[in-house]
Amino acid sequence: MKAALNRLQSWEGFLLCALILIILMNANLSPQFLSFSNQINLFQLSIEKIIVALVMTFIIINAEIDLSVGSMMGLSACAFGWMVQGGAPGGLAIVICLAIGIAGGALNGWFIAKVGLPSLVVTLATLIGFRGLARVLVEDRGINDFPEWFDALGQQGFIGSIPFALFAFVILFVALYIVLQRSGFGRKTYVIGTNRAVADYAGINTGRHKMILFMASGLVSAFAGLLYAARVGAVRGDVALGFELDIITIVLLGGVSIFGGRGTLVGTLLAVLIVLNLRNGMALVNITGHIQTGVIGLLLIGSVIAPRIDLTRLWRRPSGDTS
Amino acid sequence: MLSRVPPQTLRILALLLVLFAVLLFFSTQVPNYLNGRLFNRISSSVAIMALIACGQTLVILTRNIDLSIGSTVGFVAFATGSLITNNPDIPPLVLATYSVLLGACFGVVNGLLVAYARIPSIIVTLGTMALFRSALVEYSDAKSITTNNLPTWLVEFPNTQLFTIGTFQFRAAFVVAVLVVFAVHIALTRLRPARKIYAVGSNPEAAEMAGINTKLVVFFTFVLAGALAGLAGFMFLARFGTITVVAGLGFELKSVASAVVGGVNIFGGSGSVIGALIGAILVDLIDMSLVRWQLVSEFWREAVLGSLILLSVAADAILMRRLVKWRVAREKKQTKSGVSS
Repeated sequence: MKAALNRLQSWEGFLLCALILIILMNANLSPQFLSFSNQINLFQLSIEKIIVALVMTFIIINAEIDLSVGSMMGLSACAFGWMVQGGAPGGLAIVICLAIGIAGGALNGWFIAKVGLPSLVVTLATLIGFRGLARVLVEDRGINDFPEWFDALGQQGFIGSIPFALFAFVILFVALYIVLQRSGFGRKTYVIGTNRAVADYAGINTGRHKMILFMASGLVSAFAGLLYAARVGAVRGDVALGFELDIITIVLLGGVSIFGGRGTLVGTLLAVLIVLNLRNGMALVNITGHIQTGVIGLLLIGSVIAPRIDLTRLWRRPSGDTS
Repeated sequence: MLSRVPPQTLRILALLLVLFAVLLFFSTQVPNYLNGRLFNRISSSVAIMALIACGQTLVILTRNIDLSIGSTVGFVAFATGSLITNNPDIPPLVLATYSVLLGACFGVVNGLLVAYARIPSIIVTLGTMALFRSALVEYSDAKSITTNNLPTWLVEFPNTQLFTIGTFQFRAAFVVAVLVVFAVHIALTRLRPARKIYAVGSNPEAAEMAGINTKLVVFFTFVLAGALAGLAGFMFLARFGTITVVAGLGFELKSVASAVVGGVNIFGGSGSVIGALIGAILVDLIDMSLVRWQLVSEFWREAVLGSLILLSVAADAILMRRLVKWRVAREKKQTKSGVSS
């Protein structure tokens, strides 16, 4: 009982309570909310963002930031469209797109880990640069003549009515959860994020670690870009424009500290569910896009103030008197 | 001689050199490039970004960042536009003051949350960026401001020529922006209250121990950045006339880019608003020149811009490290020779 109470007082507990509240409210608003198809739909509409949010969790715990993810999604989607239009087989194009993601991530990683520039600046530059490359490839056209199987992968159910992207999200979540919370690599991610100098002295190759993280971020962003292209069935130069800020908002809402060293993937998952359900619920009562984003922004600020109201101190005071 | 010049001045000299090199390069590539029209075009577009980048620099100097600045510009432009549409008789100065104060109000919100609620600025302004934008959507009620409803003095203001040197026209908006930036620069280098911004940015703990109210300083930089964004919103309205809910979208990152290219350290404590001004000019110059360059399609603009930012920052970091090493080595040598003689 006491353990359960303690757990509820954690950040994840708070998020869980908020999530349950939102779901109850939504279910009250519309009977369709809890239907299976609405639940799938709710994920499907921003599946690419939440996939990237998983790696962004690693990056921010590592006390870095990657602003270039949205542009990398755009670049990968546009590169795919460009290659397919040029007659390249879809499978080969996908492999090349993923390679572009790794290369772009390596570029970020090199400037951050080897040259020693702040990641905020480097990825701000590549945010502009990758987007620029995407525009060079497709200019002001729209490309939508994808292979049929590619469109089907994004728009139809993979097993039953569950789309492929959702499977990818679940598998990636489980895999990354094991890596972050149960492996040495995950521990190192926390240690470097808490104090890089100490990690260096402890013999951790922090440069290589950051390099791997940024390459992973590029790879997953490129993958998410392809999923976006498949779901929408068309690409333009402004694919995934501005997604980076939404993604970072989700991760920070999940309790990951912007200073690094703190946060969990479970927190990110709960934040994903909260944001998705909240947006879905607001759509049910006809609140539109920009206002939805405003509410999420308010939630983000509120979520940082809320933990300051220290519940544990109120709880402990009586027991403190007896000891 | 090189050892006497402070790094900030060196940076600005290097920036001017790059600016000159870019001009020289494009003048060999684009026919009829170096003329008054180029100056006029760049100066009218820089007028807005210079103010925003100046505000952003103040915030960055204190180790913070303001991502809500684009939304502030958009909101102020819209609110000022709707005020003047409904009351066309408002005198110009009152209207401009209204813009500045409104911008400052947004700055107060950011400043309170960052300085007094102690929330990291990136989180606060990420939130308020969305919040201010949605306030604009709610306020605008799906309408937009159009040029036809604005008084003529406002629409003509950015193109008013104050004076000309040769074919260079110095237009009102540009002159105002440059004057504001220089005023901020002089304050930052000469006035005690403004020097505190550097103190807080380079070492908050030391600044606190030296008796500086660091919270108040951070609060005020956000208010100032908001006020400057408000003025930029006024200029934005005057220049474009037509304001929709997406006005100023993306300005936050562009202003950070201008500041960073201008040699402002993203970790705070060093940099100058003059640098940010030149950074904004450089970014705009390259942006506009690439459009006119026949050799590459205009779609290369952003790709080139991104690599330029990356290269300039990397070069700056590496050269500064070298310079510091070289100076230390020289000083050691001098003290040694001083001892031996």
